[in-house]
Amino acid sequence: MPTAAGEPSARRRRLDTRVMLPALALALMLGVIFLLQPRAMSYNGLRLLLGLGLPLMFAAMAQLCVIAASDIDFGLGTFIGLVNCVAAKYLGGSPLLATSIFVGLVLAYAGMGAFIQLRRLPSIVVTLGASFVWLGLAVLVLPSPGGEVPAWLTQLVRLHPPFVPLPIVVAVLLALFGHWLFMRTSYGVVLRGIGSTPASLQRAGWSLLAARSTLFGLAGVFGVIAGLLVTGLNTSGDATIGAAYTLLSVAAVIIGGGEFVGGVVSPVGAVIGAFIMLLTGALLSFMNVSTDWQLSVQGAILILVLGTRVLQRRQT
Amino acid sequence: MMRAVPSRRWMDANRWVWSFIAAALVWSLTIASVAGRGAGATLGTALGFATFYAIVGVGQMLVVSTGGIYIDLSIPSVMMLAGYLSMGTMGARDAGLLPGIAVALAVGLAAGVVNVVLIRGARIPSMIATLASGFIMQSMTIAYSRHSTAKPAPMLLDFSLSHVLGVPTLALTFIVLTVGVGFVLARTTFGRSVLAVGQNARAAYLAGIPIPRTIAAVYIISGILASVAGLLLAAYSGGASLNMSEDFLLMSIAVVVLGGTSISGGRAMVAGVWGASLFLYLLVNMLNVLGVGAGVRYVVTGIIIIVVLALSDQHEGA
Repeated sequence: MPTAAGEPSARRRRLDTRVMLPALALALMLGVIFLLQPRAMSYNGLRLLLGLGLPLMFAAMAQLCVIAASDIDFGLGTFIGLVNCVAAKYLGGSPLLATSIFVGLVLAYAGMGAFIQLRRLPSIVVTLGASFVWLGLAVLVLPSPGGEVPAWLTQLVRLHPPFVPLPIVVAVLLALFGHWLFMRTSYGVVLRGIGSTPASLQRAGWSLLAARSTLFGLAGVFGVIAGLLVTGLNTSGDATIGAAYTLLSVAAVIIGGGEFVGGVVSPVGAVIGAFIMLLTGALLSFMNVSTDWQLSVQGAILILVLGTRVLQRRQT
Repeated sequence: MMRAVPSRRWMDANRWVWSFIAAALVWSLTIASVAGRGAGATLGTALGFATFYAIVGVGQMLVVSTGGIYIDLSIPSVMMLAGYLSMGTMGARDAGLLPGIAVALAVGLAAGVVNVVLIRGARIPSMIATLASGFIMQSMTIAYSRHSTAKPAPMLLDFSLSHVLGVPTLALTFIVLTVGVGFVLARTTFGRSVLAVGQNARAAYLAGIPIPRTIAAVYIISGILASVAGLLLAAYSGGASLNMSEDFLLMSIAVVVLGGTSISGGRAMVAGVWGASLFLYLLVNMLNVLGVGAGVRYVVTGIIIIVVLALSDQHEGA
């Protein structure tokens, strides 16, 4: 059947342009940075350039899980701050307690997904309320910035794998894992289906409750990892440290080819999107422009990439 | 039973009443906990602070009412930029009062127009469009803040702190404005259009409602209200600061939802924005009076937002 054969390839082509556009933007940014500062092209240069991207790419992956359900997580940033505070306060002295808190937090995230599904609530408001809860808990755990970070965590984020710097190794592994999970497993199709065609999913015998809880639980897992990486990089705890991750993670997912509705997400794109958001700072400092303007550049890139995507769609 | 049915329907159509009941409850609890002292003063202060939430809340409410896909995330950035540029223009001189106000309004208008161009013109999802424009305005403010005094004109400072019969003048002004918005929504073609687009955009289009114009109008109104809030908050605090509006993104959405407006559009509760603003301020105030720390305060606020949302049926009546 010609249509059946034609459809998947057409879909693949559309998906490719989704990832191609941000990949091109990232390559362009890296090109300009290397041109301005050739030393950035070395092992250590890349390690320093991309190091802070470690938590951001996991934050983006967490946000991707939620956006896959056509939901949005406005509490992710404060959640990362909470993980940061718990890690700084308990992980060194009582790792067992810290680990059980993290498991509890992941379960709380899964529970939030179940709650949204059961009561059919708008995720934007539930996660907004949750963001106050995470922030409050973080302040209760660590009233003022500080705490002690175990040495293994700070050493972990400073690992020097041979030939390829750590952020790139982790990025590739994370992108591949996300791609496998969402695009190559059959349950991944179900997980994306909850954001596009929940009714047919339900009719096919799948539990929407289980799927949404799984997606939010996964978001919790990625959020905890992001929080741990922040802790390793900053070597201290601070309840407000995560605030910026909420909006940056949304931007990374959308710039990487995701859509707010319809379960359209790209794990590979989200990782690329995270680096695009990250590199705006380096780009400006190499161009000798004040980093005061970093947010402007991030905003402009969002508008450019999304505007281009819309133009492309109109032409096809 | 015969009597219960219409009253329940009345409560359904007037969900904003709940927010006032909650606010009154929290207020009486606070007063009771301090043995009746300072009842009027508490209410006066609450009105003063609630005004700022209510101003931006009304803008957010209009945007949200046009449908679930519309939201304005640029509100805190508009407040920042308008606050800084207007205070910078005033430079603590009364002669700068009118130019400063004009600058603030221009910021709000420009922000609204930019958002409309991105959303309607470039077809960028409203969440990303207003996020991006917010990022840009925020960094403009940061760059501007490096070389500006950002102090209000003395006249504006006096006005923002003044009272009429014990009630903050600002609160009175915006209560009148809110009643106006309520009237517009209920009685004018524009107001009915906003709600019709929010209930069913396709039906609204077929009925001949100019959807682009309606969407454009609500974003421009939201931008201007945010800029007015930024101007007044900067004056009220004796000068603009970079973190003055950080709570307002979450608060602008929270007061809309707690006030009974449907987040998926089509049902607006203007009075509820005030009720919810008073409630949230009084709640934080009560926890302060009880000597509760910041951590517990945040947790309680968050849980209340979620519980209220779970109790109100978001899908009914839209």
